[in-house]
Amino acid sequence: MFVSFWAETMTPFTRITAVAAPIDIANLDTDKLIPARYLRKLRSVEAGYDPWLFYDMRFDAEGRERPEFMLNQAPYRNARILVADVNFGCGSSREGAVYALMDYGFRAVIAASFGDIHYANAIQNGMLPVILPQPVCRALRDQLREKPGAELSIELESQIVTDTDGATHRFEIDAVYKERLLKGLDEVGLVLQYLPEIEAYEARRHAQYPWLA
Amino acid sequence: MTRPRSLFDKLWDQHVVAEREGEALLYIDRNLVHDGSFHAFTQLAREGRKVRKPKQTFATADHYLPTVGRERGIAGITDPEIRGMLELLEHNTRQNDILHLGIGDPRQGIVHVVGPELAITQPGLTITCGDSHTSTHGAVGALAFGIGASQLKQILATQCVWQKKPKTLRIVVDGRLQHGVGAKDVILAIIAKIGTAGATGHSIEYAGSAIRAMSMEGRLTLCNMSIEAGARAGMIAPDDTTFQYLAGREFSPKGEDWDRALAWWQTLAGDDGVALDREVHLDADALEPTITWGTTPEEALPVTARIPAAQDLQDADKRAHAVEALRYMGLTPGTAITDIAIDRAFIGTCTNGRIEDLRAAAAILKGRKTVVPAWVSPGSTQVKRQAEVEGLDRIFVEAGFEWRDSGCSSCAAMNGDSVPAGLRCASTSNRNFEGRQGKGARTHLMSPAMVAAAAVTGHITDVRKLLG
Repeated sequence: MFVSFWAETMTPFTRITAVAAPIDIANLDTDKLIPARYLRKLRSVEAGYDPWLFYDMRFDAEGRERPEFMLNQAPYRNARILVADVNFGCGSSREGAVYALMDYGFRAVIAASFGDIHYANAIQNGMLPVILPQPVCRALRDQLREKPGAELSIELESQIVTDTDGATHRFEIDAVYKERLLKGLDEVGLVLQYLPEIEAYEARRHAQYPWLA
Repeated sequence: MTRPRSLFDKLWDQHVVAEREGEALLYIDRNLVHDGSFHAFTQLAREGRKVRKPKQTFATADHYLPTVGRERGIAGITDPEIRGMLELLEHNTRQNDILHLGIGDPRQGIVHVVGPELAITQPGLTITCGDSHTSTHGAVGALAFGIGASQLKQILATQCVWQKKPKTLRIVVDGRLQHGVGAKDVILAIIAKIGTAGATGHSIEYAGSAIRAMSMEGRLTLCNMSIEAGARAGMIAPDDTTFQYLAGREFSPKGEDWDRALAWWQTLAGDDGVALDREVHLDADALEPTITWGTTPEEALPVTARIPAAQDLQDADKRAHAVEALRYMGLTPGTAITDIAIDRAFIGTCTNGRIEDLRAAAAILKGRKTVVPAWVSPGSTQVKRQAEVEGLDRIFVEAGFEWRDSGCSSCAAMNGDSVPAGLRCASTSNRNFEGRQGKGARTHLMSPAMVAAAAVTGHITDVRKLLG
């Protein structure tokens, strides 16, 4: 029984065809995705975290756009897919990094690898992290620079990325993460299905080690 | 015959409540929250849920707390956004009956210092916190890992979280550390060796004679920076050093419970001959004081080295990164590291804000004067009081350091303790990312003794030359 009345919060991810933006930086840490000084901002439907995304790379000291940053260039402004390099989202556990990406409009990030916590945070919010080999990521970024504003397609069910030349690249994702994204499952619900097991575990553990209760 | 099990295996197996398709539902013994955890509480309230196990949840204010001017409590904080963060934590913990070590509480401090210090952190436990440096708590022989706001909300609501079992990596450090070389140098050398993604997807276990010889404070420093090598968790098998450290602390088991706990904790070390998925070795005798020169923790070198030229690096990715790092840091290849002048010195954080760290820095500062603006933010209010009992505060103040209150301070600079753009800070923190200590700030990570040495000379200095 996987359907539960808790299921709500997350939009399912099935497929996307959208403008993709390349970013070459390896080890792009979550401090770059959103500087710490913006994490004190409250987040609501009306006021998202999009203004703070890549803030110090996107804007200069006076808050003006840096023209050389790709998201400030016309073809990439409406990007919904980001193509990065290795170890994307390493560092701080701040989920604000995912909020900033999603509030800007990103629904998927393609990278050669991800920081573990950032990967988990993406799954939790219905943003698809796609892992492809580093040479493929590099080739995709080259394509996107050659054809600014070109679209990539990602289908989660078949685990396929289709590039700007129509070539396909299969990616791997754990079955449980895939199911969660496809169905937009709420994780508290997925946990509370096991409430009897949790209570039994707790009773055993706290009988054995009473000071932990 | 049963299969030999590692420390990690024992911790993991003990906490599995249920399993499905390569994931386990793990029971969380201790969940720690701080003033940056508000998203999780907001979501929880929006869904109409309460904290399921308030007594297994502990809160402390650290990220946003000012390190000066705290006499008037929250009401005295002038920045409305920062005050709002602290009020939110107070509200959320009161609504949910959670112990809150906030501003004015003598036990307040950085969550990863307070946990072990109060023995909220114990061997054999699973510990989570919405902070990547939660790996710190593994130093006592616990499985401790950082999570984001969504998973924090789930743990608040259920006391459980789905996790994929990580691979395991044993890092063996054998030999004896030289005088002037400590845990911070060891972990920087490890990260330089395996890289910032070297342990991604892994849980690290630190082992070897140099680790066994380390104090609890040193072990906490080591495990703290596991995340900087990509590992969510780092751990060390509990031993007599661990047990002596925990005995008598506020939340440690007492009386008969202590005897039961000890008997259990003594079974946690890995079985003889158990193999982990990977193993890396380091020679402790060969390690020197180590500092970072670039903008990731893996860009670290012995203090006796020179700034590398990008083209000297073997790996193409590292070359590309080094070009950008040298530009940001304003460094010229070939410069001796000891010729790098600094503008600020900062001692504190969940990495190096413990009493032993302050003692090591004070030993260098005694009878000397800092030539740059410098400040200490002890890792907890208890560490601050202990240092004052030992007279360390006077040494810091006489040397020209500001003696501040406890918090994350200039590590993430979220409370306003930032380093101005373009200035270079010798720092005991854990991340030298671009903009980490403030927009445009340049960070060199090093040990507390090395920061003290840099502060009194005005440039990065081999602390061994100042040791008596």
